[in-house]
Amino acid sequence: MKDLPAQPRDLDGNPVAPGLPMAMLAEITHRCPLSCPYCSNPVELTRAQAELPAEDWARVFREAADLGVLQVHISGGEPGARRDLAQIAESARAAGLYVNLITSGIGITRQRLEELDSKGVDHVQLSLQGIRPDMADRISGHPGSWDKKMGFAGWVTEIGFPLTINAVVHRQNMERLPDMIELAETLGARRIEVATVQFHGWADLNRKALMPTREQAAFARQVVNDARIRLRGRMVIDYVPADHHAVYPKACMGGWGSTGLNVAPDGSVLPCHAAGSIGWMRFENVRDRSLSDIWHLSEAFNAFRGTGWMTEPCRSCERKNMDFGGCRCQAMAIAGDARATDPVCSKSPLHAQVVARAEEDAGADTAELIYRRMKKGG
Amino acid sequence: MDPLIAPEDIPYLPRGVRLEDDRVRGIRVLQAPERAMQLDAIGDAILSELDGERSMAAIASDLATRYQAPEDQITGDIRDFLTGLIERRMVFVKSPPKET
Repeated sequence: MKDLPAQPRDLDGNPVAPGLPMAMLAEITHRCPLSCPYCSNPVELTRAQAELPAEDWARVFREAADLGVLQVHISGGEPGARRDLAQIAESARAAGLYVNLITSGIGITRQRLEELDSKGVDHVQLSLQGIRPDMADRISGHPGSWDKKMGFAGWVTEIGFPLTINAVVHRQNMERLPDMIELAETLGARRIEVATVQFHGWADLNRKALMPTREQAAFARQVVNDARIRLRGRMVIDYVPADHHAVYPKACMGGWGSTGLNVAPDGSVLPCHAAGSIGWMRFENVRDRSLSDIWHLSEAFNAFRGTGWMTEPCRSCERKNMDFGGCRCQAMAIAGDARATDPVCSKSPLHAQVVARAEEDAGADTAELIYRRMKKGG
Repeated sequence: MDPLIAPEDIPYLPRGVRLEDDRVRGIRVLQAPERAMQLDAIGDAILSELDGERSMAAIASDLATRYQAPEDQITGDIRDFLTGLIERRMVFVKSPPKET
């Protein structure tokens, strides 16, 4: 095993100054009863045999808390696919972390949810694939998912957990956004996250079926703005817009390696959940090294810290400390170069091409989906 | 900003919202669903008073005495601070119990 560099340096060798992480995404499994065609897991999924055992998660949570992490998001896949989920959650809380459970609601019984309550889970985020059984079951590829989710949401509020609804929107369900917000209200959610599909990994395979139109993006913005006024003090609405229609890119992860880290099911540690799409990047593993060493010294985390690595037009841009050049994974996917300006930026030479392709995909006459699947033999 | 709390209302931290020490950074934080907010000394002083029993007016009066500050000004500061947190659903409010 190669030693880590002694000093933190970006991919050009410029010295960088790592801060401290606030939040950790713990993807404890890639297994999931659903097969959403925009799943944020990588296209190459990790199998059950390769998953980090609960004892290792307990150590990672302690190391995370020592490093400055305040909150853990226990996610997957479907975290409920692990029988030792309650043990894992308990160890996170014992480490002093604030524990968010990110779930599809499928495969967690009321009894298990009560156990998770007693082990100290602080908050539950429930995903919605659509409104009403037809859309929800078709998008998730799981007949009966809608009814199970509604039952689960009822248990969450009966037990007393704060509830967030995560509604993923795209061309096929955008018109129903007002109903999704109303449903979240009815379910007693404190918060709804309206997230437009981000076209990485699985979602990229489904661009032609899911890319929203420009009109839909404008409609969603209007619905969110109106609902924020109407629901002030009752429900928070967080909104992730379709960045293909934006002028400037999103400040992805609030800056690479600045506030968050992601531990994958096999124990590898990534600056963001999609970073595996940057083919040349090597990721360290919590089985081999401490989280602190990985955060401070690994090449992956330091590669795009600071601004020294940037190329034009980012290098001379007045926004470089606001959006940090946008998304590295999107730069990799579209420009073929992870250090390029995020091509959704209006200053990118590829911008016109990105917009044209998004318009073309948005107008595609197909609703056919490629569902997320684990390769045979798993 | 229209206030979301009246003087007689009782503010409290609901389940899932915790006032804590961040031992690594040496600061006080308010932890809530998928959010952690750094608090300054004033924010910490206000939130530490939330016991689910006293009204905002009673808390303002106590803090005005303790810090020897004008009660009107303290009330305004508390109302604005709490309104921001109520908007984020990090502080809840209940009405005073009805007199019988």
